[in-house]
Amino acid sequence: METAGISGMDVVPWLAYAWAGLLAVAVYIYVVLDGFDLGLGILYPFYKKKKDRDLLMNTVAPVWDGNETWLVLGGGGLFAAFPLAYAVIMPALYVPIIAMLLALVFRGVAFEYRWRTKRWLKYWDMAFIGGSIVAAFSQGIALGALLQGIAVEGRAYGGGWWDWLSPFSLLCGVAVVTGYGLLGATWLIMKTGDDVQSRARKLGWGFGVATIAFIGAVSLATPFLDVNYYSRWFETPGLYVTIPMPIIIGAIAVSMLASLRIDHHEYRPFLLSLLLFALCFVGLGISMFPYIIPPHVTILDAATPFRSQIFMFIGACVLIPLILGYTAFAYWVFRGKVDPNEGYH
Amino acid sequence: MFEGFDAILLARIQFAFTIAFHFIFPAFTIGLSSYLAVLNGRYLMTKDEVYLRLFKFWIKIFAVSFAMGVVSGITMSYQFGTNWSVFSDRAGPVIGPLMAYEVLTAFFLEAGFLGIMLFGRDRVGPKLHMFACLMVAFGTALSATWILSVNSWMHTPQGHIIAENGQFLPVNWMEIIFNPSFPYRLAHTLTAAYLTTAFIVGGVGAWHLLKGGKDNIGVQKMFSMAMWMIAVTAPLQIVLGDLHGINTLEHQPAKVMAMEGHYDSYPDGAPLYLFGIPDDETQELKYKVGIPKLSSLILKHDLNAPLDGLDTIPDEDQPPVAIVFWSFRIMVGIGFLMLGVGLFGLWARFRGKLFESKWLHRAALVMGPSGLVAVLAGWITTEVGRQPYTIYGLMRTSESASPLEAPAVGASLLAFIIVYFFVFGAGVFYILRLMNHAPVAGEKGVGKEDGPIRTSGITPAQQVKEQTDMDEVKG
Ligand code: HDD
Ligand code: HEM
Ligand code: HEM
Repeated sequence: METAGISGMDVVPWLAYAWAGLLAVAVYIYVVLDGFDLGLGILYPFYKKKKDRDLLMNTVAPVWDGNETWLVLGGGGLFAAFPLAYAVIMPALYVPIIAMLLALVFRGVAFEYRWRTKRWLKYWDMAFIGGSIVAAFSQGIALGALLQGIAVEGRAYGGGWWDWLSPFSLLCGVAVVTGYGLLGATWLIMKTGDDVQSRARKLGWGFGVATIAFIGAVSLATPFLDVNYYSRWFETPGLYVTIPMPIIIGAIAVSMLASLRIDHHEYRPFLLSLLLFALCFVGLGISMFPYIIPPHVTILDAATPFRSQIFMFIGACVLIPLILGYTAFAYWVFRGKVDPNEGYH
Repeated sequence: MFEGFDAILLARIQFAFTIAFHFIFPAFTIGLSSYLAVLNGRYLMTKDEVYLRLFKFWIKIFAVSFAMGVVSGITMSYQFGTNWSVFSDRAGPVIGPLMAYEVLTAFFLEAGFLGIMLFGRDRVGPKLHMFACLMVAFGTALSATWILSVNSWMHTPQGHIIAENGQFLPVNWMEIIFNPSFPYRLAHTLTAAYLTTAFIVGGVGAWHLLKGGKDNIGVQKMFSMAMWMIAVTAPLQIVLGDLHGINTLEHQPAKVMAMEGHYDSYPDGAPLYLFGIPDDETQELKYKVGIPKLSSLILKHDLNAPLDGLDTIPDEDQPPVAIVFWSFRIMVGIGFLMLGVGLFGLWARFRGKLFESKWLHRAALVMGPSGLVAVLAGWITTEVGRQPYTIYGLMRTSESASPLEAPAVGASLLAFIIVYFFVFGAGVFYILRLMNHAPVAGEKGVGKEDGPIRTSGITPAQQVKEQTDMDEVKG
């Protein structure tokens, strides 16, 4: 048993790609779930009254921890299946990642702390707003920095600690902030009524239009990033996707914006924004595949051998449906509108 | 602030700082979540209001601590990549899947049922609510199990091969997970978590007893429960610690030499040093005070058994002795003090003076946070004692770090220090404030006062029922 090269010690492509797919799904789930609760922090400045703010907080209080766990799975899954990628990406994105972690500290504790003090309420609300915005912005920057390419030397990161900073990564940062704002607003339309809801509809419009504009800008900029994306999108077979993509996104965008204006549509705007995010994800996938770190490291380069990947893959196939099941149950338990008058005794 | 430090040293300080902060919260919440499950179970079984009152008192404290545990934990899961990327790349195929299992089996379980545990009592009914409490308690213990398996593998690695590209590849998962130090570390650490919680609960009880809450049955109950727990787990912990140490002697002898301050070999019976100032330069223990042959008796169960010292280990493979020597003494010292409190409590109970003995209450109050100190001291012993390796005998700490520039690590370390002290300081303050109010009849839970609330749409039948139960008790 003590020699390398025995069976199970090779990288198996189908498994590596399945893993990559699974991780993409985990990241997507993270983005939409934590997206709406970070989004609430982004919308907080537009709700000034304490009562409204309490209500906003209460729409996510029972579920935020679960939402954030998908982020842990994203990091942990990358570490488990593609440690090389984890080991290169994390130092490359050192500054935005640390900023995100610290921001998440602030906004995570704000959920509990703001109920424990009157004098400091204001400051924990600020921590919630700041934490949410910085976390979203850092995530966008991280995405942008990954897309624009990371320098690799041997099996390690080969650049400096400010390489991530570029107009493109900043653009992605702002795009993600507005996108999360949209998710937050459409979530509020589902979970609240009256004033809070109608304000959310208006905010949804603003953030929706901005999000669509940013999706356009990021999509236009991506092919010119000097990393082969151009040929991918503007030569066949990529062209078959490139042409219909803007049309589909446009159609979804229009129906979402329209739906925001229709009073009895309470779920539809949220669902349509999920779809919008899903399409952006597909677009990202097309740009990046087969790379996990553009433009040097492919999914197969970074994959660990069969025996390492399969061990967790089996577990993941059993456990993820189970997790989705009880997560859905928790959402179902706390379904329906949140009553603004509860919690005041 | 950190000029002149190299990136590796900074990364080590940052890791030690963030993990030590993180561990404080699980050490408390692992025990507290079980305590809450017991309280809730007792309430459902006996319908005695006092259990519900205590449940509602402690769950608010739990919610705040848990939030701090979660956010500091999220930091940890990215630290491996940001600061220890070479280690991550090489050890990833082995420890990555284990940590991912922790996420899938434990973190999601905790997080999924936490909301129901905190806010769902009225929405899902007592049975499911009880189930949620159990799942949260189980999830925290399971999370500790996985991460301790990972950590133990780094101390006593087995079940892998090393590939040409330097990666550790799994060969036998059972050998990896159940590596030699894992059972001891798991038992000792989980018991530590229960002891830590028992001392905090007992300390809060003692505080209220001293403040004149002697007739509050809630205060009495928590103090009494905590003293039982201490009486059982304190002696158990000493036994487990002893076994852990004997096991370590087998697998990491250099660590035990450092813990004992044994620079020299003792061919016929090694002394147990109670005090001394270790000096790595000259390789001697200065001003030492010891009991002859006792160390051999403890570690080998034979007064005259020979024990090797650090003189058998090349200097560059030795851990820094002073830190290990002292942190070990702090832990063990606290362990025996805890035993003392446990015996004192039994004696007072036996004489029917459990709620009267002021000295017992003072002792319990002072010892309230001692579990946290012991836990940190224990971890420092363990982790510093395995230096200079991250994967014992196979990979050095100096070859584990990320290729980062020192200013980057220095800046992030500074940011962590400022943010953690500020944010967690505030959290500890809120917790102490919650602890300062005695648990009263009709204690409001998390959802019942100004606090995160339940969503509407369901008749709070359970709440009505609780109220009637309570009236019965009072009437
Ligand atoms: C309430 C906490 C607590 C208390 C009272 C004790 N310990 Fe402990 N000890 C821990 C909490 C802890 C810990 C935090 O759980 C550690 C760190 C890593 C580990 O495996 O357990 C630990 C590690 C640890 C180690 C290091 C093992 C290694 O690194 O391989 C030894 C030898 C002992 N302990 C021995 C003892 C003895 C003899 C004690 C009693 C007198 C004692 N501990 C009390
Ligand atoms: C069980 C999970 C843990 C894992 C996987 C782990 C892993 C590591 C790693 C990789 C290092 C090497 C970095 C270094 O040498 O500085 C380290 C060091 C260290 N760890 Fe842990 N650790 C764990 C738990 C803890 C806990 C709970 C503490 C609490 C106090 C702790 C305290 C330390 C300290 C003080 C060092 C620094 C040692 C030194 O550099 O001299 N560890 N640990
Ligand atoms: C380097 C090592 C560690 C990492 C990467 C890590 C990671 C994490 C993460 C990501 C969370 C948040 C989970 C959530 O979202 O619900 C968490 C919480 C938790 N961790 Fe750690 N952890 C480490 C060390 C430890 C150790 C040594 C223990 C215990 C022995 C531990 C026990 C727990 C528990 C019980 C929780 C639940 C939250 C709480 O009770 O406060 N962790 N950890």
